[in-house]
Amino acid sequence: METQPAPGAPARAAPLLQVDGVTLAFGGLRALSNVGFGVQAGSITAVIGPNGAGKTSLFNTISGFYRPAEGAIRLRGQDITRVPAPQRARMGLGRSFQNIALFRGMTVLDNIKLGRHAHLKTNVFDALFYLGRARREEAELRRDIEERIIDFLEIDHIRHAPVSALPYGLQKRVEMARALAMQPEILMLDEPVAGMNREETEDMARFILDVRAEWGVTVLMVEHDMGMVMDLSDHVVVLNFGQVIAQGVPAVVQADPEVGRAYLGSGNVDELRAKLQAAARPQAATAGAAA
Amino acid sequence: MRIGTLKESYTADAALFDSRTQHAWLAVAAALLLLFPFMASDYWLYMACLVAINVASSTGLNILTGYTGLVSLGQAAFMGLGAYTVAIVQARWGTPLLLNLLAGGVVAMLGGIVVGIPSLRVKGLYLAIVTIAASFIAHFLFANFGFTGGTAGLSMQPARIFGIDLDTSFRLYWLIVPVMVLMLLGAANLFRTRIGRAFIAIRDRDISAEVLGIPLLKYKLLSFGLSSFYAGVAGGLWAYFFRVVTPESFPLSMSIFFLAAIIVGGMGSILGGILGAVFMTLVPELLKLVFDWLPGGSELTVFLSPVRLIVFGALIIGFLVFEPLGLAEMWRRTRRFFHLWPFRN
Amino acid sequence: MMDWAFLFEISLTGIASGGLYALAALAFVMVYKATRVVNIAIGEMLMAGAYLFFTFAAMWALPLWAAIAAAVLASGLLGAVIERTMIRPLLGEPEISVFMVTVGLGSVLVGLVELLWGADQRRLPDFMPSQPIMVGDAFLAPKVFWGAVVAAVFIAAVLLLFRYWRGGVALRATASDQGAAYSVGINVPRVFSLAWVASAMLAAVSGIIVGSIGGISSSMGVFGLSVLVVVIVGGLDSVLGALVAGLLIGLVEALAGAYLGGEYKLLATFVVLVAILMVRPYGLFGTHEIERL
Repeated sequence: METQPAPGAPARAAPLLQVDGVTLAFGGLRALSNVGFGVQAGSITAVIGPNGAGKTSLFNTISGFYRPAEGAIRLRGQDITRVPAPQRARMGLGRSFQNIALFRGMTVLDNIKLGRHAHLKTNVFDALFYLGRARREEAELRRDIEERIIDFLEIDHIRHAPVSALPYGLQKRVEMARALAMQPEILMLDEPVAGMNREETEDMARFILDVRAEWGVTVLMVEHDMGMVMDLSDHVVVLNFGQVIAQGVPAVVQADPEVGRAYLGSGNVDELRAKLQAAARPQAATAGAAA
Repeated sequence: MRIGTLKESYTADAALFDSRTQHAWLAVAAALLLLFPFMASDYWLYMACLVAINVASSTGLNILTGYTGLVSLGQAAFMGLGAYTVAIVQARWGTPLLLNLLAGGVVAMLGGIVVGIPSLRVKGLYLAIVTIAASFIAHFLFANFGFTGGTAGLSMQPARIFGIDLDTSFRLYWLIVPVMVLMLLGAANLFRTRIGRAFIAIRDRDISAEVLGIPLLKYKLLSFGLSSFYAGVAGGLWAYFFRVVTPESFPLSMSIFFLAAIIVGGMGSILGGILGAVFMTLVPELLKLVFDWLPGGSELTVFLSPVRLIVFGALIIGFLVFEPLGLAEMWRRTRRFFHLWPFRN
Repeated sequence: MMDWAFLFEISLTGIASGGLYALAALAFVMVYKATRVVNIAIGEMLMAGAYLFFTFAAMWALPLWAAIAAAVLASGLLGAVIERTMIRPLLGEPEISVFMVTVGLGSVLVGLVELLWGADQRRLPDFMPSQPIMVGDAFLAPKVFWGAVVAAVFIAAVLLLFRYWRGGVALRATASDQGAAYSVGINVPRVFSLAWVASAMLAAVSGIIVGSIGGISSSMGVFGLSVLVVVIVGGLDSVLGALVAGLLIGLVEALAGAYLGGEYKLLATFVVLVAILMVRPYGLFGTHEIERL
């Protein structure tokens, strides 16, 4: 599928993240087939598709949990397909998970601090002794997290709470906070608003836009909420059965009959188009009013 | 009633003991530890040393099993490595006491790292069995090599520091307890840093931990190494305390004892490790005292061993069924009660 | 010059005693398959069965067949009690907790045995044919042979049961997903009880045989360690694995004992265990747990 440049847009710089002909197979099952797309720096890119399309597998491949059978992942032009997952975190790939993956044995603050792990320097000797480098690093980390993340996501009232005691919406926010603590260049959000009501979704949308604006972070997200996708994204990639069936700006993808067929079967594409447009319009109105 | 403690800096919030009352209690505890040896009988000094050694070892096991989630039944074997190292090094080279302990710790640590290598592929109770296998292999090595003294084992000269022989419980107390305190502090500090957080992350969700930037093998090996270092030092102290090291000194049942100690005490908490070790070491002694006190005299003592086994087993079962978070949780509840009194919650 | 006859004889004994391991391993796997519990007290439950038989046959002088039946039934009852009082309350707790409960159980059982019967070794009344078994020129101890035959019968029965009996399927369903099993109408608590009762009974049979061969004592439970090795090598939830690994470990132990010396038996077993786990981390036939991110 051809990437449609937005009308009037400047010539494309090399993408920050490039997924190139990636094929992922589990035994005989092909989770991803020849998936390719680029993520421009500073953009918000959404990956959508019906359930089972391979979206989370794609994320896991980019994160380094799966090794693709064919193809390559490139970050800033550098091939990272063989780079182990922990190192990709250090290189700037931040991630949140579809079914919240917070560490239940720790408080909110510790979970967030864990996100910074790959960038910290304390070794085991420093840790055992603590006074000195470990203490300085921890204090610095705490200050940074408090001022930039906890404040930003408005979770100061729960910083010492054990995560298992938190309601779902707050847990999702802590996930986001932890992902931000990773000092990511690319923030990969796997269904950031799953299970949220209207208000929580709008809050999260606002956070995502603010993250991009204030932190310069590029966002790559998997999402099912079409309103949010169409409203926030600069670029949309549609997966079905592990293949990219469409990609481009939201308006173009919306109108693509293939996309309609993927979600509804060979049903009434006009009806779907109308539904998508109707869903996008009130979001656009409120977002415009709030901005 | 304690309402809350106000912290005025992030560093203060991260301190280990963060309130005035805690500092006061700490001072009392320190005073007790210092005065105890002058007031206690030989028997209780002996028990104190034993308890301290067990606390040190339990803390090590807690790091590996309680905090990192890697079940190990090899703690006794690692202690054995430490004990044998200390015995051999002292006899061969007459090196100073602290160096010997360090050597014991390092040798045990290396053993721990080797045992930990399968831990990337082998998980959960399969890994626990590998640690049992390691125990048996270690036992085999102890019993069948010349320089470890074979089945007869090794006997040791007392530890010597500043020209004084540490050959009484009183004197050994001043070696064992400070070492134990340092080890406890180290462990507590660990979990204020990224290393400790990584361990807990591995326990709770190791695959996500990896994607978040924690290299799994490295940290699992670190956990194995650290916990067996602790075991090795504890084993060295054990060697200096008992002055005889044989292959039968560190059986599998001792590893089970330590696992029981951290479970009864509360896994994943430093206090739990302490409480569990104290409890499990003192209960058999308590039992002996009860038996001595009961009328029936010497006929009853033959029942001491089986009753001890039954009580040991029943305690483990009882705690797990009724208080799975262990003594530490009971302690926390009591504290909460006093903090909140006269309110209920 | 290789003594093939000797090798054959040793191997035969090894495989036959491997059959006994397989039977005990089966008892273990039954519980694990249904309830995901690692019962490290399996050796002690074996011992309990053997001592119960001893009580009925030697102390109460019941006819042998009645003693065996009574011992097996009493063991089943013990299994039910254990499940109800210590295992069921820990439903949902981490695996390590239940594992530790079985550690405690083992300790309690050994203590009880020592208390009630004393720690000395005792002999069980003979009930198996005592004619030596000869395979060609190779000698096989009759007790070992008949024990293996009994084991084979039970193993075959259990294999078939799991495959074709509704209850066997229910067992597997419960192990796989309790919630789903409940929702299709399986009485999950009853399945749990059943699994433990059956396991205890199998352990009792195993214990009676093992006790007949080597005598009974309060340290019989150490047999459980070899059983644990067998189930790990075979795969914690695999009946077939219990069989194959049982034979394998029996063979390895016999060969190690004969060619290297008695003290190498356990060592050889553990080396084999580690080697196999490195290649197949879930045992030869164990189910690989797929981890999802």
